[in-house]
Amino acid sequence: MAALVVLILIILMCLAAPLYENYVARTDAFTSNVNGTYVVDGQTKPVLEASTEGLGLGVNPIGPTWSSQFFLGADNQGRDVMARMLFGGRNSLVIGFTSAIICCVLAGIVGIVAGYFGNAVDAVLSRALDVLWAFPVYLLAICLSVVLINSSLTIGPVTLNSGSIILPILIIGIVYVPYVARPIRGQVLSLREREFVQAAVGAGAADLRLLRREILPNVLPTIIVFLPLMTAINMLTESALSFLSIGVQPPDASWGTIINDGVGLLYTRPMVAIAPGIMLAITAVALNLLGDGVRDALDPKARLRGGV
Amino acid sequence: MRARRTSLVVLPLSAMLVLAACTSSSTPAATSSASGSGTSSASGSTATTGYQAAHAGGTLTLLAKSAGGTLDPKVNYTLQYWQLYQATFDGLTAFKKVNGQDSFTVVPDLATEIPTPTNGGKTYVFTLRPGIKFSDGTDVTTDDVVASFQRIFKVSSPTAGSFYNGIVGSDVCLKTPATCKLDAGVIGDKAKGTVTINLTAPDPEFLYKLSVPHAAINPKSAPTKDAGNALIPTTGPYMFTSYDPNTALVMKRNPFFKEWSTDAQPQGYPDEINYKFGLTVEAEVTAVENGQANWVFDPPPADRLAEIGSKYADQAHINALTAFWYAPMNVNIAPFNNAKARQAVNWAVDRNAIVKLYGGSTLAQPVCTFLPPEFPGHVDDCQYSNPAGTTWQGPDLEKAKSLVTESGTAGQAVTIVVSDDEVNKAIGEYLQSVLNSIGYKASVKAISGNIQFTYIQNTNNKVQISLTQWYQDYPAASDFLNVLLGCASFTPGSDSSINIAGYCNKTVQAQMDAALKTEQTSMDQANAQWAAVDKAAMTESPVAPLITPKLIDFLSKDTGNYQFSKQFYMLVSQLWVK
Repeated sequence: MAALVVLILIILMCLAAPLYENYVARTDAFTSNVNGTYVVDGQTKPVLEASTEGLGLGVNPIGPTWSSQFFLGADNQGRDVMARMLFGGRNSLVIGFTSAIICCVLAGIVGIVAGYFGNAVDAVLSRALDVLWAFPVYLLAICLSVVLINSSLTIGPVTLNSGSIILPILIIGIVYVPYVARPIRGQVLSLREREFVQAAVGAGAADLRLLRREILPNVLPTIIVFLPLMTAINMLTESALSFLSIGVQPPDASWGTIINDGVGLLYTRPMVAIAPGIMLAITAVALNLLGDGVRDALDPKARLRGGV
Repeated sequence: MRARRTSLVVLPLSAMLVLAACTSSSTPAATSSASGSGTSSASGSTATTGYQAAHAGGTLTLLAKSAGGTLDPKVNYTLQYWQLYQATFDGLTAFKKVNGQDSFTVVPDLATEIPTPTNGGKTYVFTLRPGIKFSDGTDVTTDDVVASFQRIFKVSSPTAGSFYNGIVGSDVCLKTPATCKLDAGVIGDKAKGTVTINLTAPDPEFLYKLSVPHAAINPKSAPTKDAGNALIPTTGPYMFTSYDPNTALVMKRNPFFKEWSTDAQPQGYPDEINYKFGLTVEAEVTAVENGQANWVFDPPPADRLAEIGSKYADQAHINALTAFWYAPMNVNIAPFNNAKARQAVNWAVDRNAIVKLYGGSTLAQPVCTFLPPEFPGHVDDCQYSNPAGTTWQGPDLEKAKSLVTESGTAGQAVTIVVSDDEVNKAIGEYLQSVLNSIGYKASVKAISGNIQFTYIQNTNNKVQISLTQWYQDYPAASDFLNVLLGCASFTPGSDSSINIAGYCNKTVQAQMDAALKTEQTSMDQANAQWAAVDKAAMTESPVAPLITPKLIDFLSKDTGNYQFSKQFYMLVSQLWVK
């Protein structure tokens, strides 16, 4: 329950990003503000301040003010880190959740079809999953991202521009399909031999009816349990890709892109990298705990098996 | 800041100059005394007078994130190794190895003197210094000189078709490198110890071209292909003794070296130079701070600059470079095939913002022209500044917006292609913001620095606007204007089309041709013509000049005698570790 509350709070915070940008930070989170200024104690100061010590080398963005403007400081473009973190959270959550849905739906279809029909269908689908599984996830995701995000994707009449967040959603959604489809297939193989399924077969139920009425309801809890877990994993993957500049494209933000922005400021303005890192960690932990909770709720036997 | 590693770039085969008559008074040595030094040093780096034997000895440890590629001086085209070649290889001539502006002066090196060209400026007869040996103990002979010029073509040196295509017979060598002879172009006379070089046309910049490492004299036994990691015997005070691009490059004293010219090839101080690779730049900076290494090749990360500038100020040396960062705009595709759209970008970009993103005013200055300050031909002029002035004052966004509206290009999608390092990405993101603010739908494409430079040159990639840098090869205005804007430098569909904007204006080209011709009689007059070319080109705005960078050399506390050549940067061999 605590995980759910934390998650809801984070989601609400991120949803409120435009309000924070307009009424609290009073800044544009997506426009460079290199020559911008801010007022502190009645004095106007540059957001990116040139060093005045010694040789005067380097330009530093302001650090956390812990007040409404530049609460967590500014990034190297002079933009409000807090505002960008809230907007970035929206992208991270949207990409994580949407790609998890795509992943679970695709994995559910493939796993159920392969497990239920068996034989040649199973062989083809299982080998396809094996091929996909053979690639290390990040390597596959990076390859797809480099190709698609640096150009664009055109499927028939639909063109996805290189900056579209649909691209990372699709990429991440697809690369994890084998990880979810495999256990579902195994579960379906087991279900197929159970008495209630055999009884339905004996009663003359057609395949579609069997799948819809007997198999799917028994597999659905597994898929639902996977959903928050995959959301957490996908968010981390998205952050990794964005950290490598092949996820969300500027000036859009995600927690990964903000961490990337912060790497160059680690010595002087560590908060730029630390703050989104903390948000990412909290969200991932909350989603994992939620996944455990959902599993316990949907499968009490598992809890008993765990000795609780 | 990747420019330090990749700034010396491959010129197109057709980029260089074809000249008419020449007189002996227009040698580079006589024309390279441009005004001022422009060099500032943070600490008391002092150029010594005379060799100070008490400081000889010790091991100099240099650090770089990665190696600079092939060690072959005929093939390598990186500042990283060109800097080392100054203490290892020699040509017939050399840039003077001294501090400051005088380092642009060409002096005789393996040749006894700089000859006066004859045959209407087309023939140079060099006399080889006697008694010079390679590091393997063999004598340097005219055969080695002839073989070295053949080797430029046999190994397909990056500048074979641009710097050395004026040598008689080079056209055949370019077509069939393997059998390159240059029979009528480079003629050695072993008995007299002379080498005669015949050109197809006078070239006032030829001595500059002889002074870069691609014209270094190697033994005739050197491989006729890229030597890669193999070690080629040297003539300078140091020789390479081992090279593993993954770990280190080691240089030791050349036992056969005897100083023949302090200007051309001074004796070095350290006994050994150990160039280590593989650390992160952060770790490199820390190692120098702790005295575990003497120098960092890579530019310090942005978040360490303040620390270096304050806590280690006396170990940092900052020098102006003859270079500029600029944004070429493709004049052949929308929206920048419209001059007003290009001018709008020039009005809109705040050069001071770029300076900030580069690291502050100590490390960069805004520019408005192709030719950097203190470079031959440079005249202060700023056509796109608000308020108007001869130097950069500020942008005019309103004017930029109205020009975009007038051009009818508002709302068009524009992609800015930048290198994927921290500084380039930051500037790219800023340009994106600027372009959005004047009415475009801009996006940034950050691609690996290893391929970005060639990617933006190829017209097949349809790059609209990009961010890149140009560093001089030698101190001549043509090395910027004729190379970057000349019609001959534009080769559609090629990765080697250095006229990235694809700008070919016949009127401007005629002006450049005239300036090149004037160079044969008077460099001063020619430079005035180059200044006019610069102004004419900027009116058409094929590029947006942004900043001229400075270089920071960060040395350990116990490293002395820092000297900075404006041509090849820090003189490694002159550093003291004792």
